[in-house]
Amino acid sequence: MMGGEVNVIEVQHLVKRFGEFTAVDDISFEVRKGEIFGFLGANGAGKTTAMKMLTGLSFPTSGEGHVAGFDIWKESEQIKKHIGYMSQKFSLYGDLTVSDNMELFAGIYGVPRHEAAHRITELLDRLSLSRERNALVKDLPQGWKQKLAFSVSIIHSPGIVFLDEPTGGVDPAARRQFWELIYEAVDEGITAFVTTHYMDEAEYCNRISMMVDGRIDALDSPAALKTRYGASSIAEVFDILARGAKRAE
Amino acid sequence: MKEFFAFVRKEFLHIFRDRRTLLVLIGLPAVLIVLFGFAISTEIRNVNIGYMSPDDDVHIDRLMDKICRSDYFTYSGRYLSEREADDAMRRGEADVVLMFGDDFMSRLYSSEGAEVSVVADAVNPNNASMEVMYLTGIITDYFREDIMMAASLQAMQDQSPVSAAIAPAGSLTPNLRMLYNPQLKSSYNFVPGIMGLILMLICSLMTSVSIVREKETGSMEVLLVSPVKPINIIVAKMLPYFVISCAVLINILLLTVFVLKVPVAGSFFWMILVSVIYIILSLGIGMLVSSLVRTQIIATLICGMIFLVPVMMFSGMLYPIESMPVALQWFAQTIPAKWFIEAMRKIMIEGVPVQYVAKEILVMTGMAVVIFAAAVVKFNDKLD
Repeated sequence: MMGGEVNVIEVQHLVKRFGEFTAVDDISFEVRKGEIFGFLGANGAGKTTAMKMLTGLSFPTSGEGHVAGFDIWKESEQIKKHIGYMSQKFSLYGDLTVSDNMELFAGIYGVPRHEAAHRITELLDRLSLSRERNALVKDLPQGWKQKLAFSVSIIHSPGIVFLDEPTGGVDPAARRQFWELIYEAVDEGITAFVTTHYMDEAEYCNRISMMVDGRIDALDSPAALKTRYGASSIAEVFDILARGAKRAE
Repeated sequence: MKEFFAFVRKEFLHIFRDRRTLLVLIGLPAVLIVLFGFAISTEIRNVNIGYMSPDDDVHIDRLMDKICRSDYFTYSGRYLSEREADDAMRRGEADVVLMFGDDFMSRLYSSEGAEVSVVADAVNPNNASMEVMYLTGIITDYFREDIMMAASLQAMQDQSPVSAAIAPAGSLTPNLRMLYNPQLKSSYNFVPGIMGLILMLICSLMTSVSIVREKETGSMEVLLVSPVKPINIIVAKMLPYFVISCAVLINILLLTVFVLKVPVAGSFFWMILVSVIYIILSLGIGMLVSSLVRTQIIATLICGMIFLVPVMMFSGMLYPIESMPVALQWFAQTIPAKWFIEAMRKIMIEGVPVQYVAKEILVMTGMAVVIFAAAVVKFNDKLD
């Protein structure tokens, strides 16, 4: 792991309230450059709200934070330029071709034209999708679409890529291939911030945090967490922690 | 700027990849214009006319001849009794019947005068009143010209008192002139109406659906996390529909002038300017709708049903606003298409200079500003 001591995300005492309801309740953590950080939690635990604050979509009620070296209060425009984002819903345009989609996002993220062409060819080669370059995205199988969406989210070589449930609705074999892509991106120096429902995927992360009722109840490497809670798998750790949850789904 | 153009390019790609929708957008206005211009018209033509008269009379024959020579009427037959005429009307053979009384000829020259009843099938009240109006015109005309001429000739010859009875000296002669649309063509009225309808449909429906589609598929989320400014997303969405609307506008104008032969009396420049303001206003409405709803179906319903019906009913396209109850008249003032259609009629048909449509232009501009402001506020609200 390269540059282990540099933090790309630093958050202190982040709170988000909607009226009486505290969605995110005083969380503090940091994500190191080049790691795969698993962001786990049940539905309604506050993962999405926390992600929105980190990606510059909404402001916290209180607290401090830096993402990719930029302040979440003052520099959300800069943050947006330096991160990538892949949503749990597949969000490329089905009626556009593979290369149209890639060019679009290269354009949106301001990648210079010649660099973009080079990057697109490289990413397509890596996915072995070069021959489908001019195919419409809607004609691709679901697993390929997801891999393509991931490639599009790192088309501008961001410092961090946020993956929101990236493997939803994909079969186990395709999920494994997907994680290989994440590892390749991390080798390039991109930090991956992943939310997932699949507890076996959590084992692939360098460190994971568990969110319960808006708080981060545990944060460590999967191995350390298993030892601490005397569990044989992350799923078990999650069950132990989630038992204390007060919020219903 | 680069990100903006990448986005605009994508919007054009969406539209051009979807050939069928594009064809509908371009083709539908042309079809509607031609349809309303030729096939659907409020003018009456080929009305079947019969007459009932107990005796033969040369004046009646000549009058019927004159009536049937016009484009509007077709001779259907002579009936000997009221009953027979009524039957003919029920069978759909005759739409209108002229009933001459007994001794029409001799009464015509008597001091009490003669009477003719115009009996029309008023199942369709609009048609019936038009038919009656036309007939009255023709009959009055006939007796004024033909009989007066004959009578005065006769009077000169034998000083008979007959002429005095039917042609009193110094009688009032109404002189009717139909300004701006002398042939009373309904396409003069429909063209601005259709333009108002089509442009509103393309701009508001297409923009709102295309914005809401991004929300539905979840791509909006990805776009919002990207460095594209939300307002640029919206502007990039509107731009292609603005271009298409302008193409449709030019298409409609060409069809109007060269196919429907409706002359454009006023200035093309102001006509296009008024249309562009209306297009921008409609785009704003589309944007406002998209910021209020979440699904494409609701967006389609709102634009297709809730907007189109008022445009048809309250814009003055089909029914005159002046004859509505006061409450509805007030409501009609809030319909953007009403102002557009009014301005277009004035410029296109009456050919007035621009200061006469200043009010319409100002109202539309004001509406556009308010709607855009509301849409932007609403759109920014939603982000949080």
